[in-house]
Amino acid sequence: MAAAGTILSSEEDGATVLRAEGEWLVVTAAELDRRLRDLRMPQDRQVTFDLSRIERLDSSGAWLLLRTEHELTTRGNRVELANLQPRFAPLFDQVRARGVTEPLPHPVPPHYTLVGFLERIGRVTTLLLNRVYDILGFTGLVTVTILKLLRQPRRLRLVATLAQMEVVGLDAMPIVGLLSFLIGVVMAYQGADQLRRFGAEIYTVNLLGVSILRELGVLLTAIIIAGRSGSAFTAQIGTMQVNEEIDALRTLGLDPVEVLVLPRLFGLGITLPLLVFYADFMGILGGGLMCWLVLDINIPNFLTQLQTAVSETTLWVGVVKAPFFAAIIALVGCYEGLNVTRSAESVGRLTTQSVVESIFFVIVTDAAFSIVFSVLKV
Amino acid sequence: MAAAKEDIVIRIRDVVNAFGDKIIHDGVDLDVRRGEVMGVVGGSGTGKSVMLRTVVGLNQPRSGRIEVLGRDVLHMTADERHELETHWGVLFQDGALFSSLTVAQNIEVPLKEDLQLPERLMAEIAACKIGIVGLPPDAADKYPAQLSGGMRKRAGLARALALDPDILFLDEPTAGLDPIGAADFDRLIKDLRSSLGLTVFLVTHDLDSLFAICDRVAVLIDKKMRVATIEEHLKDNHPWIHAYFHGPRGRAALMAGEHSR
Repeated sequence: MAAAGTILSSEEDGATVLRAEGEWLVVTAAELDRRLRDLRMPQDRQVTFDLSRIERLDSSGAWLLLRTEHELTTRGNRVELANLQPRFAPLFDQVRARGVTEPLPHPVPPHYTLVGFLERIGRVTTLLLNRVYDILGFTGLVTVTILKLLRQPRRLRLVATLAQMEVVGLDAMPIVGLLSFLIGVVMAYQGADQLRRFGAEIYTVNLLGVSILRELGVLLTAIIIAGRSGSAFTAQIGTMQVNEEIDALRTLGLDPVEVLVLPRLFGLGITLPLLVFYADFMGILGGGLMCWLVLDINIPNFLTQLQTAVSETTLWVGVVKAPFFAAIIALVGCYEGLNVTRSAESVGRLTTQSVVESIFFVIVTDAAFSIVFSVLKV
Repeated sequence: MAAAKEDIVIRIRDVVNAFGDKIIHDGVDLDVRRGEVMGVVGGSGTGKSVMLRTVVGLNQPRSGRIEVLGRDVLHMTADERHELETHWGVLFQDGALFSSLTVAQNIEVPLKEDLQLPERLMAEIAACKIGIVGLPPDAADKYPAQLSGGMRKRAGLARALALDPDILFLDEPTAGLDPIGAADFDRLIKDLRSSLGLTVFLVTHDLDSLFAICDRVAVLIDKKMRVATIEEHLKDNHPWIHAYFHGPRGRAALMAGEHSR
């Protein structure tokens, strides 16, 4: 193999001769580029560009040659390209005809400026407000569809609803159960550690009962289901949107809200409260086990203490939130799914967005419930 | 014989591909000569794209031997493979542009990966490739989602050509283009083949491109390849080949092809 490409400059008969030699390829382009830029460009002269000793040439090499020619011409030189080997001529012509373009300067993204930054904040704010408005609109649409369904109950898709109940409820039991159990274990252990200092280990049971039944059981379940089923709703409906299945439904005279949204809403609305009840049970079980093993509170003692700590109301205060959380998760999940445009990329983006939004709304609603309950003194 | 052997760029011998129990290719042989455009056709599900994927190493065949530029692609180290990969460019069906990068950045990906080029030179080479594939200069800063299907394919081609490869693999380059766009793309491939000295491995369904640009055509049939020029295929009596080239679409494309040749 010959040496990499090079360029030599010399003076002959009052004219400048530039000799290109060797391999003018993309792999040697960095070196050639450096040499060409180091070259002292003549002004207003006759320049002969001798290409006879080029052994290999590709389009990057040809581009470098043509760029140099262009630079020489703009400095007022008369340039002559000489002795190009015929085998390189087609490539040379191709690059000259279509490839000689200076790269355009990259436009500066507007949000790099202060005004752009402020504009971006404003844009995001209106976007968020519009989003809340749209989700409320969607809730209205779903409500109207439910009201229509009440007049014709036979239009309820029972099989689809049951299938959703299986997927979002039954199939979620292992993960919800395990996580609630572990949270119960952790709560009991941490609570006991703190309360032992006052000799009040027995109050671990109160802590456990109240916090799991009122808050943790329902919140944890809702967050798991938002991650597990809310994302699935968006991904499923979004994929259908990409495949034009939703449009196909419409042309067949079927209402996507009735066919796709209501089974998911009802399925989740029925199963989430049941899952919460189950999560409460598993959480108490984990905590109780921990009390027994670490704190020597035996099971009869645990149950007696639990009965003084919590009442039926404590349980209901937790479970009553479940249908609201279910509605949030299902509505946000389906809404984002229907929002998917016809690109695969938007399915991924909106799925992430749907999970973030539903968890956000779940926690905001939970806070609102806390305020309401404290006003009502429950 | 030695000279003839060097001229074979892709040599496929006795390749068997199967998914589970379903055998797709049962002993495929194919030679692609330097500088030719080899069209690969076949009915749906005969494994045209699988063949392409096998040659570029995205699919491991059950048995057989594949040589590209004289090197055995099925038994090579990662470094050897990487070196070989700089000698070919692949255009996937819808361009397969990286959606988070602009067109120029897409073209710069192979340049960045293999060479240490200064930022400015890289932008210049990208702009040059964008020009060569016939895109307007302002396409450089656009994202793939902002381009039409035909422009995406051209941008994908520009990326495949970034390192000036010897071999170009094209997977249905004209599928989904309107007839004018498809004819333009055929002309572009033909131009680039002669100016850049490319060897082209073209998987297609498009009879027009077959007649317009292919030197030889490999028909995947009965799990094997039948390689011949179009003239020879036209005389073939195999029912599928006959139906393919003598059907109404085949005849129309043939007439158009002869016209343009």
